[in-house]
Formats: sequence, C-alpha cells, structure tokens
Amino acid sequence: MADKISILIVDDEDSVRDSLLNWFIEDGYEVEAAENAKRALQLLEKRDFNIILADIKMPGMDGLELQRRIKALNSETIVIIMTAFASVETAVQALKDGAYDYVTKPFDPDDLSHLIRNAGAQIRLRQENEALKTRVTTLDDVDDIIGKSEAIRKLLEQIESVAQSNSSVIITGESGTGKELVARAIHANSQRRYFPLVSVHCGALTESLLESELFGHEKGAFTGATFNRKGRFEMADGGTIFLDEIATVSPKMQIELLRVLETKSFHRVGGNKEITSDFRVICATNRDLETMVRNGTFREDLYYRLNVVNITIPPLRERTDDIPLLVNHFINKYCTSMSRDLITIEPAAMKQLEKFEFPGNVRELENMIERAIVIGNGKEIRLKDLPMGKEAPDSSVESLEELEKKHIEQILAKYEWNVSRSARALHVDRVTLYNKIRKYGLKQKE
Amino acid sequence: MEEQRIILLSCGQFDRAFLRQVALAVGKEYNTAVITEECHLDLNPFYNPNRRQYDGDRLLRQIPLCTTLPYTRLIGLFRVDLYIPILTYIFGQAILGKSDAIASVFRLRNELYGLKQDEELLLSRTVKEVIHELGHTFGLIHCQNQACVMRSSTYVEEIDLKSSSLCGVCREKLDQEGK
Repeated sequence: MADKISILIVDDEDSVRDSLLNWFIEDGYEVEAAENAKRALQLLEKRDFNIILADIKMPGMDGLELQRRIKALNSETIVIIMTAFASVETAVQALKDGAYDYVTKPFDPDDLSHLIRNAGAQIRLRQENEALKTRVTTLDDVDDIIGKSEAIRKLLEQIESVAQSNSSVIITGESGTGKELVARAIHANSQRRYFPLVSVHCGALTESLLESELFGHEKGAFTGATFNRKGRFEMADGGTIFLDEIATVSPKMQIELLRVLETKSFHRVGGNKEITSDFRVICATNRDLETMVRNGTFREDLYYRLNVVNITIPPLRERTDDIPLLVNHFINKYCTSMSRDLITIEPAAMKQLEKFEFPGNVRELENMIERAIVIGNGKEIRLKDLPMGKEAPDSSVESLEELEKKHIEQILAKYEWNVSRSARALHVDRVTLYNKIRKYGLKQKE
Repeated sequence: MEEQRIILLSCGQFDRAFLRQVALAVGKEYNTAVITEECHLDLNPFYNPNRRQYDGDRLLRQIPLCTTLPYTRLIGLFRVDLYIPILTYIFGQAILGKSDAIASVFRLRNELYGLKQDEELLLSRTVKEVIHELGHTFGLIHCQNQACVMRSSTYVEEIDLKSSSLCGVCREKLDQEGK
C-alpha cells in the first residue's frame, strides 16, 4: 500500500549524518545513511529511496558523479545536493544533471523542512497521478462491457460479487471475448481500485524475459541489465496483477509463480533482498486448464491456487442479442475518437452482422466497425463496407472445386477457348487443362 | 505508562517560579511529578566562536553527567542559542526513544524578533518545547495534527499555533510505548 517517503543521506561527516538522521526520523520518514558514494550505491542495489541528500564534496566519488549514477539507476529518484561551500558553477551543474535542489550547509530548519515536504509532495503527486491514470483507463474499460443478454447480465453479477473478495480468479473464454476487460472490471469494483492494475501477457515473453518482467532485476543480473528494475509483482503492490495467457507459462515459471502466490514474497533476478508485495491475482486463458492438468502440462497445485473463482465469458455467437448494442457502442466510440459526426448503419448490414458467427468474437466485431467507419462514406455503414458484404456476390461459390471450375471458364472465355494461351495464363500444361475441361464438363458457348 | 521520574535541569539560572510553572505543566501532561534541579555547567567549552552559538549535540551528551539524581527522563533547559552542525539553530534536541533532551528559551523570547517582552508567552512556548522534546524521548515522532504539541515547529510563530497537549493519537502511542 502507500509507502512512507524514504530518504538516504550521503555525507562523510558523522555529525551531519547523525543530525539529519535524527531530524528525519523525528519527522516520521524512513531514513538510512551512507558515509560515502560507494556505500550509497551498495544500499541502492538493495532498495530504492525516494529522496537522496548527497554532499557534493566527499572522498572518492563526489556528489555530482553519485547523482549521475543514481539517475542512471532510477531517473525518478529526487536528488538534493548539499555543500558547505556555495558555488554557482557547481549548483548549475548539479541542476543541469537533474538535481531537485541545491542547499548550502548549515540549513535553516524551516528551509530544510520545506524542501523535504515539497519533494515529498511531488513524489506523492506523481504516485497519485500514476494511480489515477490507471484508474481512469480501468473505468473507461469497464463501460465497454456492453450487453443486455442473460449471459452478460450474469457475467456482470459475477464480476460484482467476485470484486468484493480477495480471491484469485481465472477468466476463461475464446479469443476476443474480452477477458482483460473483465479483469479490469473486477479490479475497478474492488477495494484495490485506487492502486495499480498491472497486466502481463505471459504468452508474448520467453521464460527468462517473463521472469525478469514479473520479479524485476538488479543491475548486472544479466547482459543488458544496466539498471535496477521493479518487477510487475512489485508494481502491483496494493493492487491487482493480471496474468493473461497463463496456460503458456513454462513448468519452471509455474513453480516460481506458485511460490510467490503462496508467500507473496520474492527476490528480484540477481538480487538478495526479499521483497514483499500485497497483490491480488487474476489470470486468463482461452485453453482448457483442467485438460492441461490431466495431461500433466499444467501444475495441479498452481491450478487450484489460481482457480478459486472461475468466470467463463460466453462467445459472441451465443449472445447475438447484444450485437446491435455492441455495434452502436463501437460506432459511437470510433466516431468520437476520429472526431467524426455520428453515423448510422443500414439495416441490411446490421442483419448480416447478426447472422455472422464471429470466430474472433467482440474483438473481430470491433475491428470490423472501425474499418467500416474508416473506409465508409461518412454517413452510414453499408453492407459493402463490411467483409461479409464483399463476399456476398460470390456466395454461390461453395467449394474449391466450383471456384476452380468458374475460374477456368472465365480464362477460357477470355482467350476465346484457345487452350494453349489459357493453359499459359493458368500456369498449367495443356494436358492438365484438357483434363480439367473434361472433369468439369466445360463447353464453349455458341 | 510505567512510572516516570522526569528531571528538569536548569542550566541557565532561571527564576524558580518560572521553573516551577514549567515543571507543573509538563508533569500534568505526562501525569507524573517533575523534579527541578539546578546545574552549574560551564558553557564555555561548548561555545563555537565561528557560529557564536552553543553546540547542542555535545550539550545533549553532557547533561546526564550534571545530575546525581536517578531519573527516567532528563531535559536540560538553557538560555543560550543552540545549534547542531547541519542546522543554523535549534529550539531543542532529543534522540528518539533515548532518555535525554535539551531545550533553549533563547529563540522563544519575543525580544529576539524586535517585539515587546512577553513573559506569559515565553512560559507557554517553553512548556510546549519541553513537552515536545520529552515526547521524542518517549518515542513520539512529529504529528500532522495542527493542535498537537508534537507538531514540528521550525519558527517561533508555529509554536504559538499548537496547543501544549498531545493529541489523541499521540496519547495512545505514548500509552502503548509504556506498556
């Protein structure tokens, strides 16, 4: 949940470190101190600090160099440079390098208090801003669950009841049914809604990338790990983590996941420090996990840990009543986002949509409407703006054979039944063409 | 809270009536008797001529040696201007959860700010400062409640804005600390 502001004091003078340490502890901050830059960097390898107060002149690495290294590790850390000797040049350099402020020792207690309070306010604003952005996105998405069918009504009831608990959830459904949308709705209706919802598409990442993505990594943990990075479990502290395509996770990662779900604690890749995080887990899959458990490709213990609540989203073909509502919703959504006047849909087009099977479910319908708005006349969506509208004239062609017969007929007509030229155009030899003519019983029209 | 024995160590030849009133108010807040004791500490070794102030850190370490009485909490009250190396001045100083604290009336006097002398206001500020520093010795950190005596004050007008009492939250923490 919301953290205390953490401060690291870096100064080679004992009295300065002790005074500041005492001052900040009395103010209720979480404080640590380091006697030099090297020690500070060692501490920073183990954990992050919100604010770092660093002396500019220290034996070994100076405050400016330390600041550069801190910013390379985490650009959001607020660095305040302290000095006993005010110098405009160093102050300018510190600020150019990204210092939050520059203060001269000794400080006026009021100035120090204000400085830290303002820095703390900036940190909290940034954290709130991130949480609100996530929340706005989440709430927008919740409105996207459209439908009045019995299936959707039941789904919304399930979401509402599940949201109140802290239980793990598995969302199942065909591709494009809106599994992530349901996860967002659960999060947005839960008590965790003011904290982040962090999504991870497990299927898109290799085992090692997924490990680093979920648990984070320490600088130098592997080639390319040039800075410390928080993992998704850490980012989801207080909120919800959504693991999409959970069925694609490797056996090794399944063990890791099970351990994290049981203890809510983990180590970053290459790190020694145990990190704890308070998160709720929601998973999604379009595969049958029960069968995978029986086949031995998905761990049974992990399955039972995740499958406390199961929500199944019906495919669009089982709730065709919702298609008109969804169509109007997507017309509204895309006309608004493209800054166009609201358009309508011709009845024939709507009828075709209601008959269509939609193997790609709501996502396919959404893409169809978006495309139709882009290529259409700007007044209404016509049947010919939809993919099934284009196929309509060829609806008599039912098989590959009939298509082949029709195509050969067209080519023969084009070359006035000159078999040699027709065979060349069809990229077959004359014998093959004669066989096809015989097979399909084609005759030159008089 | 366990039974306390608080000593108010006078390190500045304060008027007895003034000390008694401070001790009474502090004792009332912490629900214990506060003993006043006179201390004749030579302050010259603690003077920093560059800053023309007295070293608060060293005085904080010195005051336990100035009393022979047993105590659970000790606060030294000074007249001189106190500093710690990192700050230009301090009203007082304590280490969180440790038994000793210091406070000074130097910057609590109206005269320092070109205002009319006000002994009543000085007494009120001193009481608040002593209760505040002793609060730190009991493990209390700064409080966000505007009226609480544990609210941080970095200039003298801020001391006037708060009361001389602990808020409910700090009072509860204090009771828990003592358990």
